[in-house]
Amino acid sequence: MANFFQHVVAGLANGSIYATLALALVLIHRATGILNFAQGEMGMFATYIAWSLINTAGMTYWLAFAITLVIAFIGGVGVHQVVIRPFAHRSELTVVIVTIALLGILNGAASWIWSPQEKFFQSPFPLRVIHVGGVAINIQDLGVIGVSFACVTVVFLLFRFTRLGLQMRASAVAPETSRLLGIRVVAMLSIGWGLAASLSAVAGMMAAQALVLSPNYMLVVLTYAFAAAVLGGIDSPVGAVLGSYILGVGISLLTEYVGWLGVSLQLPVALAVLLIVILVRPAGLFGHVVVRRV
Amino acid sequence: MPLLELEGVEAAYGPLKALHGISLGVDEGQAVAILGANGAGKTTTLRAISGTVRTQGEIVFDGKRIVGRSTESIARHGIAHVPEGRGIYSELSVRENVLLGGVTRRDRKAVKADVARALTYFPRIAERMHQQAGTLSGGEQQMLALARALVSHPRLLLLDEPSLGLAPSFVSGLYGIIRKLNQEEGLSVLLVEQNAKIALASVQYAYVLEVGRVALHATSGELEQHEGVRASYLGY
Repeated sequence: MANFFQHVVAGLANGSIYATLALALVLIHRATGILNFAQGEMGMFATYIAWSLINTAGMTYWLAFAITLVIAFIGGVGVHQVVIRPFAHRSELTVVIVTIALLGILNGAASWIWSPQEKFFQSPFPLRVIHVGGVAINIQDLGVIGVSFACVTVVFLLFRFTRLGLQMRASAVAPETSRLLGIRVVAMLSIGWGLAASLSAVAGMMAAQALVLSPNYMLVVLTYAFAAAVLGGIDSPVGAVLGSYILGVGISLLTEYVGWLGVSLQLPVALAVLLIVILVRPAGLFGHVVVRRV
Repeated sequence: MPLLELEGVEAAYGPLKALHGISLGVDEGQAVAILGANGAGKTTTLRAISGTVRTQGEIVFDGKRIVGRSTESIARHGIAHVPEGRGIYSELSVRENVLLGGVTRRDRKAVKADVARALTYFPRIAERMHQQAGTLSGGEQQMLALARALVSHPRLLLLDEPSLGLAPSFVSGLYGIIRKLNQEEGLSVLLVEQNAKIALASVQYAYVLEVGRVALHATSGELEQHEGVRASYLGY
């Protein structure tokens, strides 16, 4: 039983990294109607910036963490204004292709600036294990779960309880009506891209301490986040977060208890989940149908 | 000087011209109707004022030229536009819809007072604040749209076909409120309406549009007596 709970905690730690990135994907999808394939690479790039702040500028981890979130936010706004907006009146497919191009550009730029060699990204949490009722829990896992959960909660509170969040939601569902109410829709979309970039940066930094920092490490995380967002409902922020925890824990337990699956089949399992959900329940587990009266 | 003045306004959707030089005015505290058949350019006139269609010519609101300004900045100048189809956020709650009317205003106390005042006009909306707005009936949605517009504390209210698709009892109730806002609170109103009878009973002045031009304009009393208007729009 202790073994079971140990894998649940490890799965939750992975799941909370997916949750942060999946929430970013959902924010962009709700606001712009597209899937941002560069979302993971935005997090990867931000994590390299954090690495430079720590290892070159000599900052402490949390100072670098905070500054990276701000830089990522500004970068996200910049990406929306410079890269996405010129294509705003084109088809959604065009914009998706633009994000794929951005994926390649960020990936190449990171290799060029920081070299493609793997780097060690330090963890802010001690590498110790605590025992709770016979269950050995990694403090690092608890830290990742806590940080991701805090960030996700802040975003939810912002959307649910502030005037800015209300304007952002309104701009996402009905831009034309929102303009008639005096809402600066383009600015709201830019803020959405900024928030999504900051969330990606959190995912990037949390993932880098578990894996190693290299230009490609976020591609796998992005795939899991996609699968989790689809599982929970690509239009449902709560669903995407819950879907991420389910996927993280599910894969952790499957790998442990279904022996033949092994580590190499983890990603195929996630993709199988994605395909099955798209086939059986396109709205996702928690995607709700909007009631409309005509 | 009128609160709103249009002079030779032309508007087009792509290559398709919808307005061929419209001139009209709304005085402070006045209620004005734009009448006409389908495709006459009534909705486009409102859209030209709000800047949601490509527009040329002069539009002056409160002494300022507003042609070419962004829709959001025109709205912030005090023009509340309730569009055709009402523009309700069906995914959001009724309360959130109401609050969105004042979401860009800085004075939160005044917004609170305006929300309370708007809800006294629409007790049915006040009862349904926590429902999803999409679950309201058509008439309730029109009331919600009007309440939301009032929360923005506008100097001019633009209403596009408020009676469209509503039961007759709802229509007379709604126009009762519009009259009250205009006559008792002095709110300036410019409304577009197919139902000429109820519109003329509620405004002081009206313009009749035909294929993108003003065919006729006069006080509502004169238009009610006008042979052509009676035959084409009033049906008696």
